[in-house]
Order: sequence, then C-alpha cells, then structure tokens
Amino acid sequence: MRTSDPCRTIPVGRDAQTANRVADLAARRAYGRLLASLCQRTCDVAAAEDALADAFAIALHRWAEQGVPDSPEAWLLQVARRKLVDSVRRAETRKTYEPDAVRVIEALTMVQSPGQLADHRLALLFTCAHPAIDPSVRTPLMLQTVLGLEAARIASVFLVSTSAMAQRLVRAKTKIKAAGIPFVVPEPDVWPVRLDAVLSAIYAAYTAGWNWGGDGSADLADEAEWLARLVCEFLPETAEAHALVALILYCESRRPARTGAYVPLSDQDTDQWDQARIEEADTHLRTAARLGPPGRYQFEAAIQSVHADRQRTGQTNWSALLAIYDALCVEAPSLGAEIARAAVLLEARGPIEALKALDALPSEKVGSHAPYWATRAHALKRGNDMASAHEAFGNAIALTPESPARGYLEHQRDQCFS
Amino acid sequence: MRYMITIHEHEEDFAARNNPDLAPAYWATWHAYFANEVAAADPNQTGAALQDPATATTIRGTTIQDGPFADSKEQLGGFFIVDVENLDVALKLAAKCPACEKGGVEVRPVLPVPS
Repeated sequence: MRTSDPCRTIPVGRDAQTANRVADLAARRAYGRLLASLCQRTCDVAAAEDALADAFAIALHRWAEQGVPDSPEAWLLQVARRKLVDSVRRAETRKTYEPDAVRVIEALTMVQSPGQLADHRLALLFTCAHPAIDPSVRTPLMLQTVLGLEAARIASVFLVSTSAMAQRLVRAKTKIKAAGIPFVVPEPDVWPVRLDAVLSAIYAAYTAGWNWGGDGSADLADEAEWLARLVCEFLPETAEAHALVALILYCESRRPARTGAYVPLSDQDTDQWDQARIEEADTHLRTAARLGPPGRYQFEAAIQSVHADRQRTGQTNWSALLAIYDALCVEAPSLGAEIARAAVLLEARGPIEALKALDALPSEKVGSHAPYWATRAHALKRGNDMASAHEAFGNAIALTPESPARGYLEHQRDQCFS
Repeated sequence: MRYMITIHEHEEDFAARNNPDLAPAYWATWHAYFANEVAAADPNQTGAALQDPATATTIRGTTIQDGPFADSKEQLGGFFIVDVENLDVALKLAAKCPACEKGGVEVRPVLPVPS
C-alpha cells in the first residue's frame, strides 16, 4: 500500500506536458469530489471554486518543476484549503463584511485530512437540486460544481449567452450561501421529492441540446450518463436511479444509428445499435424492477427497452408500448408523454385513434409545440389527408430550429402534395 | 442561522379570528403550532401576530394611505424569527405553519447588520 503523503512525488515526467496531463486528469476525475469537500462545511461554493482554481494553477506550475505528487488529489485539496483559509482571513482583516468568518475557519480545519478524502458529491448533488434553488439553474449548477464544466460550454448547450449563464450561476451560489442551504444528504423520508429533483436535473442535462437528432456534438449526453451512474453508485438500492441509467443507456445505444442526417427510430438500422449498452441497460432496468414500484424513469426506460427489442425480434411490439405509455401518462402526466402516446396509437390502432387522442390535448398548450404538429402531420398523412398534413408539417417546421430534424420534416412535407 | 418566517394568511383565516364558530379552532391550531414546533425549535424565538390588514396604514413617498401594501387575498398576518441550524430545518418548521393550507409563508435569512 502506498501512503498518500502529498509531499512525496513521482520522480518521472518532470515536464510541463506531464504536469498538464496529470492536472487535467485529476481535474476531471476529482473536481467534484474536491469541491464537495471544500464547500461541505462552509456552504460557499464560489469561494471553494476560486480556491480550487488557484490550486490547479499552482499545480501546473509546481508539478512541471518538481514532479507530480504521490496523491495529486490530496495535494490539490491541501493547497485549495490553505487558499480558502487565506481568503477568509484576508476578508476578515480588510473588515470586509463576513459574518461567519470564525465559523468558516473552524469548519475548514475540520475538513478531512488528505488521504482520507470522504466523498461528499452526493450531498453536493442534493444541494444543487434543492427545492429552494430555481429549477432552471439546477442542471447548470450540477454540471459546473460536480463536473467542473465552464459556464461558456453550459451556456452554449442551453442556448443562452455566457454572461447570462454566469450570472444565473453566481445568483444560485449566492443563494446557497446566504440562505444557509446545507450540504447534506437529506433524510430518506423526503427522498421521493428530493431525489426526484436530482434525477430530473440529470435527465435535463441529457436532453439539453439533444434537439431532435443533432449530431451530438453540442449535447451533454456523456456528462449526464456519468452523473446518473454516480447517483447509482451512491444509492445502489434506489430503483429510480437504476431506471435513469437504463433510460440514458438505451437512448445512447442508438447514437451510432443517428449520426449525420436525421433518421427516425422506426427507420434506424438496428445493426448499428450498441449491443453492449443495450445489455447494460437491460441489467439496470431489471435491478430497478426488483428494487421498487415503477416510477417515471422505470416506465420511460421500459418504453426504450421495447424499442431496443426490435434489434432481437425485428419488429416493434406496439401494444406493449401503448400499455406502458398509458401507465406513464397516469404516473407522470406530461404533454410530451401524451404526444408520444398518440404516436404509438398511430402504429397500434391507426390514424383515427391517434388524431382523436391529439384533439383531446389542450389546444392552448400544443399550438407552439413542434412534436405535436409533427405527430399530427404523420397521422394526417397516414389517413391520406394530404392538404392538412402539408399544413401541419409546415407548422412543425416553423417551430423547429435549423437542424437535421428540420430537414427530415421538410422532406416529409414535400411528399404531401397539396 | 437566523431566519424570519413571515406568515401570509388568507382572508378566510383572518375572518376566522373574529368568527365565534371558527375562532376556537383557529387559535387552538396556532397555539399548538407555536408550543410544539416554533418554541421547540428555538426557545429564544421572537415574533408577533398582527391585527387585521384593514387596520394597516401605508406610506409611500410622502403620501399616507389607508390599508396594507398590496391588495391581495393573502396578507401579512404575523412573523417569527428563529435561530436554527440551516435552511432545511427552517423550511421543515415553516411547512407545518397553519397558514400554509390556504395562504403561505416566506422564509428568509436575517441580515446580520455590520457593526
């Protein structure tokens, strides 16, 4: 066993490149764990981020000259902690208003000693998705604090300016500190609500930037998959955590089949689907089914598993899909689920039933919803009402940003000569 | 941390205070909440209940006017200031407030005034 004395160094690779590479690796592997340790007792995310950034900057310089320490993470934590204590003391001597300076310094000295890094990332996830935090900033906050993503990257995925995103993140961190939102894993009695908020935020990361079959370069699929696995690792007895991992894995298994031009699910070549991912998803879904009563993610994962079965059987079991959608629309009703159910109705029972289901949706909500118009257009086309289908495709296209998906809709519309 | 829990009562709750049929239950609920929850969370808590919003007088600029600040179905009915560990503890306490059923409460950290 190697001791983790942060002062011991690995004598190889004393050059800037190695230092860069090791610092980069440590950053990606350990960022969230280090940040969670630093802010766990102070509730000050921004100060912890600054201290950690300083520590990484020093590491790049120092490791290039003196070699990489035996335990890079412990080294970074020690330096960051010192920076944090320094900044609190400086604020104190400047008489900057810092009400809890003494408490903060006390708390910092209680941070675990290097080498015994406890993992507080689950608490960090719960803090980011706290009900007192604006839901729209929970996902960005997670991506930044747990994965160390830069505001610019997050902003590009959520289609807002970097400065707007940075501002939202700063506001959220200020709220955490000022309102005293604790960095703790809540008691299991409030999990149904609190854990759902964590999973929703991760799912939002997965769907952000997905925009109907883009090429995947601008989305956060890998990050979301990683976060979902992290929750699963922490809470292996939680059905919905396994279900979310299964859901993401099923969707990701089809990535190879949807690069370049938009290919709808029903036209995808199942040989291109990632067999290993599907099998892993199956395992997680079975675990979820064993652990608890089905929730939203278990239904959604089950839907994807029915689609994945086409790789094995060559056909889609539409009546099974319809039954799961019926259950989903009761368990977690949403406009998206109702529209997807109508699309399944189209295959299972034909255009009349599908249009009837679409007509039943509240018109004030669906009017500006592209998937509604696209589903409606497909049903009308199937029912040979080409003029109405042409118009509905037109509405869908007008609501869809420039993307491979829009190209697909345009092609569909052009087949409906009106 | 110190938090102020402001209680925004529904007009029906204000009316219940002066209704002989409803007043006993109204006050019993509040007394129980205060004794079992608020005082239990922080024995040194402070706070007060306020009289009917119709008794309020508002000043904006130099204009003095009859009535509370905003004309809405929920009005400030009282407040507590408690010193508890963190926001989760304060929220748990606030969620049990009798006003939540028809009205609502706001939980805000108290600003420690620089000396």
